[in-house]
Amino acid sequence: MIAFENVAHGYGGGALLGEVTLTLAPGSFHFLTGPSGAGKTTFLKLCYGELAPDAGRITLFGQPLGAMSRDDLARQRRRIGIVHQDCQFIDHLALAENVALPLIVAGRAPDKAEMSELLAWVGLSRHADALPPSLSGGERQRAALARAVMMSPDVVLADEPTGNLDWEMSLRLLTLLVELNRMGKAVVIATHDLNLIRAAKAQVAARVLRIKDQRLQLAGADL
Amino acid sequence: MSALLARIAALLGGDARADRVVPPSGATAWLTLFTAAAMAFLAVFALALALATGRLADRWSGALAATATVRISAPAEQMAVQTRRVLDILAVTPGVASARALDPAETQRLLEPWFGPGLPVDSLPIPQLIEVSETPEGIDPEGLRLRLVAEAPGALLDDHRRWRRPLVAAADRIRMLGLLSLLLIGGATAAMITLAARAALAANDRVIRVLRLIGARDAYIARAFVRRFTLRAVVGAVAGTAAGMVAVALLPAAADEGGFLTGLGFQGMGWLWPLAIPPLAGIVAFWATRVAALGELRKVQ
Repeated sequence: MIAFENVAHGYGGGALLGEVTLTLAPGSFHFLTGPSGAGKTTFLKLCYGELAPDAGRITLFGQPLGAMSRDDLARQRRRIGIVHQDCQFIDHLALAENVALPLIVAGRAPDKAEMSELLAWVGLSRHADALPPSLSGGERQRAALARAVMMSPDVVLADEPTGNLDWEMSLRLLTLLVELNRMGKAVVIATHDLNLIRAAKAQVAARVLRIKDQRLQLAGADL
Repeated sequence: MSALLARIAALLGGDARADRVVPPSGATAWLTLFTAAAMAFLAVFALALALATGRLADRWSGALAATATVRISAPAEQMAVQTRRVLDILAVTPGVASARALDPAETQRLLEPWFGPGLPVDSLPIPQLIEVSETPEGIDPEGLRLRLVAEAPGALLDDHRRWRRPLVAAADRIRMLGLLSLLLIGGATAAMITLAARAALAANDRVIRVLRLIGARDAYIARAFVRRFTLRAVVGAVAGTAAGMVAVALLPAAADEGGFLTGLGFQGMGWLWPLAIPPLAGIVAFWATRVAALGELRKVQ
């Protein structure tokens, strides 16, 4: 669904990532690890076209990124659910509206029953009318996940989704992502939390990608 | 043009949901509204000026075109003879409807405003004036002048052209300035809306990024801003135009003595012209915001 061929990217001259070749297949589950600043977020941004590769070729759902118009890119993003590191909500809209936003901008009306089911799934039914700034970090992370899956995307990309969560909440979020994966969605989680990766391996056949020396490597089973 | 208006109408009518995505903006909204109103108010006056000077030019050329004057300066003993001869010539000149020699009483009345009453006209070498009314075809001033020189050396034809020309030229120039002012007001409105829209876009950078991230197309994001600014410009322009029209209607009417100068204002169907200002303000705001929004959005991947 998302394919990288010899992709390189860097900021202002210095190369950050190089020779990245990878295909995210339906139903796959990947962890992305590496030290801070290694390029995890950059890799994810390349996946949804916020950044363009300096070299190589990225294909989203069979369409080369370079040949896409801005509207094409917008349409493809509706098939990619993104859980951002800092969540990114629209602060003056209620949580329920924020979660429904991907549907609204696609010109579809959100289904009430589906909506409350989704909020119940992430345990936020009581907070439907709350404004995002009034929520805790964990609640915001779960709301971000709910928004990411609102359009029932083919791929879910999560950048440090458990960054500001306690262990119990992290496991809960992981379970939600594993459930999504069982429904056939490709999942990519960028994290440096090795315990989370171990916990996931017990539930799902996850592969671990590590960014080291500007290269993306498939880590061994030793984790 | 009608397609554009239909798009604007659809925009103003619907999708309040897209509008809600952008936070309400408070004070800046009032500034846009106020500026649009002020511009519309000025536009009403520029329009009134252009229309009034148009009428003025017509009136001056019309009132002075149909008449001419022959002035006879001759020694007292020849005056009557030359006057007689000039009247004879005029009687057979094509294009002359009527010709009449002014009697001393009329001449005195003409001079009174400058010299006061009690001027002894009889004792002064005042030239004899002959008032000529032209037919619609008009006279041939050059031919008549040659004939007068040959037969009545003291007679001089004045067809008012040298009065008329600078007056009409001045009126035309003022009308040009009025129209230029309208263009400048339109341009200033576009610039003002562009700046306000840019400021709004910059202030909502985060909202725009979030919307882009979850798959909103540029047109969708732009619409929320375009709708707002078009609405504000139209509402402001309606208020400003109404105020301007009331102010023009309340101008003191030009009295009969001033009829030559004409009043600043609208007459008859002319009152319909200012009604075009609000829709034009809407079109200007629509395009200015759209261009600004799509330009800014291109910076967000």
